[in-house]
Amino acid sequence: MITYEWLYILTGGFFLVWSLLSARDAKWGNAAFWGLLSASFLFGSHLSDFANGVLVLALVGIAGLGLLKRSDPATTTLEERQAHSGRLGNRLFLPALIVPLTAVAGTLLYNYTPLSESGLLAERRETLILFSLGTLIALTAAMLWLRPPVLAAAEEGRRLLDSIGWAGILPQMLAALGAVFALAGVGDIIGGIAGEIIPDGSIFLTVVVFALGMALFTMIMGNAFAAFPVMAAAIGIPLLVEGYGGNPAVIGAVGMLAGFCGTLMTPMAANFNIVPAALLELKDQNAVIRQQVGTALPLWVCNVVIIYVGAFLLWT
Amino acid sequence: MNYLPLAGIAIVVAGFALRFNPLLVVVTAALATGVLAGLDLVAVIEALGKAFNDNRYISVTWIILPVIGLLERYGLQQRARAVIEGIRGATMGKLLTIYLLFRQITAALGLTSLGGHPQTVRPLVAPMAEAAAEKSHGALADEDREKVKAMSAATDNVGLFFGEDIFFAIASILLIQGVFESYGYPLTPLQLSVWAIPTAICAFIIHGWRIRSLDRRLGRAGA
Repeated sequence: MITYEWLYILTGGFFLVWSLLSARDAKWGNAAFWGLLSASFLFGSHLSDFANGVLVLALVGIAGLGLLKRSDPATTTLEERQAHSGRLGNRLFLPALIVPLTAVAGTLLYNYTPLSESGLLAERRETLILFSLGTLIALTAAMLWLRPPVLAAAEEGRRLLDSIGWAGILPQMLAALGAVFALAGVGDIIGGIAGEIIPDGSIFLTVVVFALGMALFTMIMGNAFAAFPVMAAAIGIPLLVEGYGGNPAVIGAVGMLAGFCGTLMTPMAANFNIVPAALLELKDQNAVIRQQVGTALPLWVCNVVIIYVGAFLLWT
Repeated sequence: MNYLPLAGIAIVVAGFALRFNPLLVVVTAALATGVLAGLDLVAVIEALGKAFNDNRYISVTWIILPVIGLLERYGLQQRARAVIEGIRGATMGKLLTIYLLFRQITAALGLTSLGGHPQTVRPLVAPMAEAAAEKSHGALADEDREKVKAMSAATDNVGLFFGEDIFFAIASILLIQGVFESYGYPLTPLQLSVWAIPTAICAFIIHGWRIRSLDRRLGRAGA
C-alpha cells in the first residue's frame, strides 16, 4: 500500500538534490536549510520528538539570521523563451495540465470504482498521492519531449524554490504553532473571553460577535479550521442555537465562511497570501492581502446578514 | 483562569507588524505560549517537533517546482501571453472574472486541485492577466503590474474559498458536521453545503466588481 511515508522519501530526495546543488553553487545557508528539511522528510519518522524539535529550531535559526539567499542558476534568455514558445505552441500547456488532471480524475476514479477496495493507496490520502504521481508523470513527459540538459529540471526547480525561500515551510510551521496553541489551551481561553463580552438579549449583536470572532481568530491562527471549534463552542451553539433557537446548519456553514473572510486578510494564512507573493516575485509581501481586503470586508457583512436572515428570520 | 498563554498571540501580531522573519516569530510565539501555560521548555520543543513532523505532507506539494520551472524555461509564460494577445476583445476584467467563475464552479464540484498558485497562477493566470491588461491599457507601470499579479492570486483564493464549501465532501464541511454532532445536533453534509451558495454568489458579485474596477482604474491611469 502506498502511504504518505513514500511521499516523504520522494520529497526528501528532491530537497536533497536542491541542497547539493546549492552547495555546488557555494550558497551554504541554502544548502544547510534545504539539507535539514531533506533530513526531516527522510528521517523524521525515526527521530525522537525532541530531535525533530531541535531540527525545527535549526531551520528557524538559519532563516532568522538571513542566511537564505536567492539563487540564479543558468537558464534561457527571454528571446530564447519567445522562440521556444513560438516553435512549441500550445502543446506547452499539456505537461502542466497532467498534474491537476491526474489528481482530479484519479481521485474520482479511485473513489467511484472498485479500485478503492484494492487498498493500493492509503485511505483518505489518495489525492496527495495522485498529485505526486501526476508530478512525476509530467516531469518525465516534459524531459522526454523537450530533452533539456540533465540537471535543467532540478536547477529550474531550485530557482523557483529559492525565490520562495523560507516562506515555503511557513504553512507547515503554522500548523505546528496551532498544535502548541491547542496544547496550551489558547482556544479555551479565547472562547471564555468571547462568552463574557456578548451583549445580553440581542440576537443580531450576538451574530455579529460570532462572525467577528470567527474572522479575528482565523486571522490570528491563519486557519478557519482552528477558529471554528472554539467559536462554535463559545457562541454558536450555546447562544445562537440553544439560547435563541437559530438554525444550526446556517450558523455552522456560514460561520465557517465568515472565518474564510479572515483568511483573506492575514499574513498567517501564508500558503494563500505570502507564498503567492513570493512566487509571483512581488516587491510587497502583503500585496495579495491588499487586493483581498476590499473583497473580504463586504463579503463578511454579507455573511452576517445571511446568518441573521437564514438562521433566524426565515427559520422562526 | 490563566490568561498568560495569550502573550503568544501578542507576539505573533507584534512580530508580523514589526516585520521580523515570520518563521522566527512563529517559533518564538510557540515557545512562549507553551512555557507561559506552565509546560517545561523540553516538552514544548517536543510538541513543536512532533507537530512539524506530523504536518510534513503540507510541504510535499513543492515537488511540482521542477515541472513548472522546466516549462518556463521553454516559454510557458510567453505562450500564455501569446494566447491572450490572440483573442479579440480579451480584457483583464473578463479574463479574471472567467477564471473566478471557473475556480468557483470546479471547486464546488470538488475539483479543488484544478488551480492553485504554483500550478496555475504563476505559469498561466498571472501572465495572461498581465498580457490582457497591456493589450487594453498599453505598457503598465511597475506598481500596476504588481496590482494585476496580486489580483490574479487573490482571484484564485476567493474562487477556491467561496466555491469549495458547496461541495459536500470537503474537509471544512466535515469539520462543521463533526463539531455540531458532538453537541447533539446531527446535520447532513448536504444541509450545510446548500448554505454555502448565497455566500458564493455574493463573493462572485463583489470580487467580480472589484476586478472590473481595477481594470477601469488601470485604463484611467494610462489615459
